[in-house]
Parts: sequence; C-alpha cells; structure tokens
Amino acid sequence: MKKNSVGVVTPQYFTFAEPPDTLQLKSGRSVGPVTLAYEAYGKLNARKSNAILVCHALSGDAHAAGFHDGDAAAGWWDDMIGPGKALDTNLYYVICSNVIGGCKGSTGPSSINPETGKPYALDFPMITIADMVEAERYLIDFFGIEKLLCVIGGSMGGMQALQWASAYPERIIAAIPIATALKHSPQQIAFDEVIRQSIMADPDWRGGYYYEHGQPEKGLAVARMIGHITFMSDQSMEEKFSRKLKNDNLSFQFIDDFEVEGYLRYRGYNFVKRFDANSYLYITKAMDYFDLSGDKFMPIVKKTAVRFLVISFKSDWLYPTHQSQEIVRLLKRKHAYTTYFDLISTYGHDAFLIEIEDETRLIKNFLANVSPD
Amino acid sequence: MSALIERIVINMKSDHQIIASIINKGAHVLDLGCGNGELLAFLMQQKKALVQGIELDENQMHQCVERGLTVLQGDIESGLVDYPDKSFDFVILNQIMQQIKKADFVIQESLRVGKQVIVGFPNFAHIKARLTLVFRGKTPINEALPYYWFETPNIRFLTISDFIDYCGKKEIKIEQQYYLGKSYPVHFMPNLFAQNALFVITRK
Repeated sequence: MKKNSVGVVTPQYFTFAEPPDTLQLKSGRSVGPVTLAYEAYGKLNARKSNAILVCHALSGDAHAAGFHDGDAAAGWWDDMIGPGKALDTNLYYVICSNVIGGCKGSTGPSSINPETGKPYALDFPMITIADMVEAERYLIDFFGIEKLLCVIGGSMGGMQALQWASAYPERIIAAIPIATALKHSPQQIAFDEVIRQSIMADPDWRGGYYYEHGQPEKGLAVARMIGHITFMSDQSMEEKFSRKLKNDNLSFQFIDDFEVEGYLRYRGYNFVKRFDANSYLYITKAMDYFDLSGDKFMPIVKKTAVRFLVISFKSDWLYPTHQSQEIVRLLKRKHAYTTYFDLISTYGHDAFLIEIEDETRLIKNFLANVSPD
Repeated sequence: MSALIERIVINMKSDHQIIASIINKGAHVLDLGCGNGELLAFLMQQKKALVQGIELDENQMHQCVERGLTVLQGDIESGLVDYPDKSFDFVILNQIMQQIKKADFVIQESLRVGKQVIVGFPNFAHIKARLTLVFRGKTPINEALPYYWFETPNIRFLTISDFIDYCGKKEIKIEQQYYLGKSYPVHFMPNLFAQNALFVITRK
C-alpha cells in the first residue's frame, strides 16, 4: 500500500429519477432511473461544509483515489487525494462520481434500458456537460450538502467545474478548472469527430447495437490511439520514445517497429477491455456541445463571489493556454477574484495528471484560504 | 550593496503604510505587478481589503498564493482590458510604472477600472541623482534607483514634475500626493529632495 493512501475503497451507487420521475435532459429528452457510481474519501463534517467534488475527464471514473480490494493500481488521481495531499482527506470530504453517459457504474448507453430489458445502445439520449452536472447535483442533494467547498477537475472535469459555477454559483464556494476550455475549438471537435468515425467505421460497431456481439475493438482502439497522441506533447514523446525501435532492426513489414507504435497499440487495446465504445461516442459529443463562452457563462450573475483557481500547462496543445486565458477574461468580466497559473510542463495535456508537485503546492495553498463562511 | 537593499526595504515598508492609510476598510484592490504579494497581504491584514494581484513571475506568484492572495499570471499591459469600468475601489501601480512599456495606456486603463489609482515611483530628479549625473557623469544609483545600467528593469526615468505635468495634460486629477525621503516624508521642494513619490489620482 502506498504512503498517504486513503486505503481500500468500495464504489457506492446512488439511484434517482425513478418512476414516475425522470431526469430532464438538455436535448429535450429525459431518462430514468439514473444510477451514479461514486466514491467518497475523508469525513463529512457535521455542518457538511467540507465537501469537494472531483470531476473526471473523458475516460475517467469514480475511482479517483485509494485501491479497490485486491487491486494493485490506485485510483486515477491518487497522487492528489489522500491524507496530507492536495485534496487532504484529513480536512476535506472528497466525492467523485462517474458521469451520466459513462460506463463505469453510472447509467449510460451500455446500461439496461428498463423498457426493453436490453442495453440502451443508441436509444440512450444524447448527454451534455450540463446534464452531467445536473446528475451530480442530485448526488450532492442526496448527501444533504448545501454548499460544496470546491468543484475541481481537469479537461472534461474542468468543464464540469465551470458548468457548476455557471449553473449553481450559490452552491459552490470555489472552482478549480484545470487544462480546460469554455468551448471546444474546431480543432478539438475535429479530433473528436475522427475519434467517433474510427469507432463507427468498424463493422463490429453494428450501428451501435453491438452488445450481444462484443465491442468494436479495432475502431475503439484506434480512437484511443488518436486520443493518446493529443494528450502528449512533441517534447514528451521525444523524451519517452524518440525513434527507439522495439527490436534492433527495421522489419520492413507493417508491424510496430517503433516504440511509439507499440505504446499506442498497447494503450489502444487495453482501453477496449475497460471502456464502452458507445460511451466514448456520447461523451466526446457532450464535450463538443459544451459552450459557456460569452454571455452563456453565469448568465444571471453580474458579480460572483465564487473564487476560482484556473490552471493551464504550457505544453498542452489539446487545451492550449489561450483557452484558459479566455476563462480568466470571462471571470474578470464577472468581477471574480481569480488565481491563474500557466504552469511549466513538458507533458502536454496529460500534465494535469502528472505535474503533481506544482498542482499540489497551488491547490493546497488556494484551498487553505477558501472557507465555508 | 546589502546595506543599500536593507534601507530600500525600510523605505518600501513606509510606502506600504502610506498606501494602507489611503485605502478604506474592505476596499476592493487590484495591484498591478504585485510581486511576492507583500503589499496586498498587508492590505488584506490591515484593512480587510479584497485583493487581486497581477504578476508575471511564477515564483513570486507562488509566494502570493502561499500568502492567501488571489493572483493572475499575466502582463500588466493586457491585464486590465476585460475588467468592467470601476471594478475596483483602488488600482495600485506601485514601483512598476518605470518598468512598463505602455505607461500612458496602463494609467488610463487603471483610471477606467479603478475608482482611484495609486501610483508610486522613484523620483529621477532627486538631488543625489542630479549630482551623480552632473558631477560624476554616471547613471545615478541610490536607494530608490538601486540598479546598474546593465541590470536595471527600469525602461523609463520620470520625475515628480514630469508626472504632475502629465496629469495636467491628460486631465487627471491629483487627489493626494506623498513625497518620501529615505525613511521620512519630504515637504520642501519634493522634486529635488524626494526619492519616491506616491500619487492618488482620479479621472476629472
């Protein structure tokens, strides 16, 4: 067991919007019942004023910290969550839930449609970031938490943090959007579209209704490979792989000669084992639809008391610095007291998962001055 | 050199005290080029001010966050554009004017964003500076201008008279003025005897 770990954790499940209720979605459609898988670390204080909501990125899940029983690998942000860490579980109650539309225990396209007894597949309604936050709001209500001390997340998790601030400014004290944007640029939408097309081009996708036959493995693996290229930087790839060969010689065949090829294949095919192809389609679409630019951000609020810590990374070309600066510009217009850092890193978009030392220093100090009163 | 720096620190501290005496309790304050946040932390502590800093240097910014300040990484020239008119009770430009490229633009923008603007700068017309230049033929180095020519961050050298002229030309109202010697206020011929000046200005 690693030092300062939250230890063994068990996923929990919360179900809402049960008949006759449904969850009304931004698309105009509705869905129900909805289950959210979540984990929580630390102790909720008597006033319920020390809760921090962690929002995960595209392929993340509720397992942010600690270990599942018998599992060797820790949660996806274990370096940031635990006793004495940036999100100090001695002080805070840290909650992380899998998004609606996901495939890690929350209701999504691979869940059973109660009307048919079969997986929803493409009958599942389109999901937006606002819908994800709405579902999270139900979870926070279920905990009886009136005000979150902070909502934090990187990438799509950062979008959720911004959405929380925009939709429920009165219910959060601080927000920490990391390596994210107010809206996807055409370049980001383009990458997502290529990712979706690679899944949909696989005959095993079967129009989305593949659950009886198994995943569209090739398409999903290629989709993930594209993703991984965008998560790294030119420099981090040079440092990690350079032009190193897997074997000593070039094969003069179409096999993975270079280490970078092997890495992408490994990552791609591992992903197939753990992630549902349709969820990848739904969630990338949700990110493309996200747009809180201009007047769409905090539409009814002229001045906000929500405190922000915005973080970007210099080598992140998927969510480049200027997109975080755009967030900061919008926050200035809302008179928001904002701390913004463009951190030095060579890791590209992955930096928010890797640059733990700088993030810890910042987030710890920032949170130390965020008080529930 | 170290004794010199120590004296500057004392001088700066009296700067901070004057600024703290100018601003009212609970004021919204923006400090452009806030450095390590010493002044803002002082204002937060003494005046319960709500403070926002803008700074470019990452190490200094980390120190600000450690002090519990909100600080944006950005340059001063572009840092003000998005703030609505009169967002702050005070905008502070302390010991930074001599280092910014578009000084006029930054002052005008500060007057738009802040109800009042506090400007502090070293007076290049101080008698010691004048004597150094005239008799020694050398670029002045003193408590307020502690740098050699090859290492100075200062790109413009202004005097108290220059600044007063500027305010007159640009129809800027000088609300208050403070002139500082090494560690004492100067009342007589400030352009000659003050090392540092602090002005509180507003738009006419």
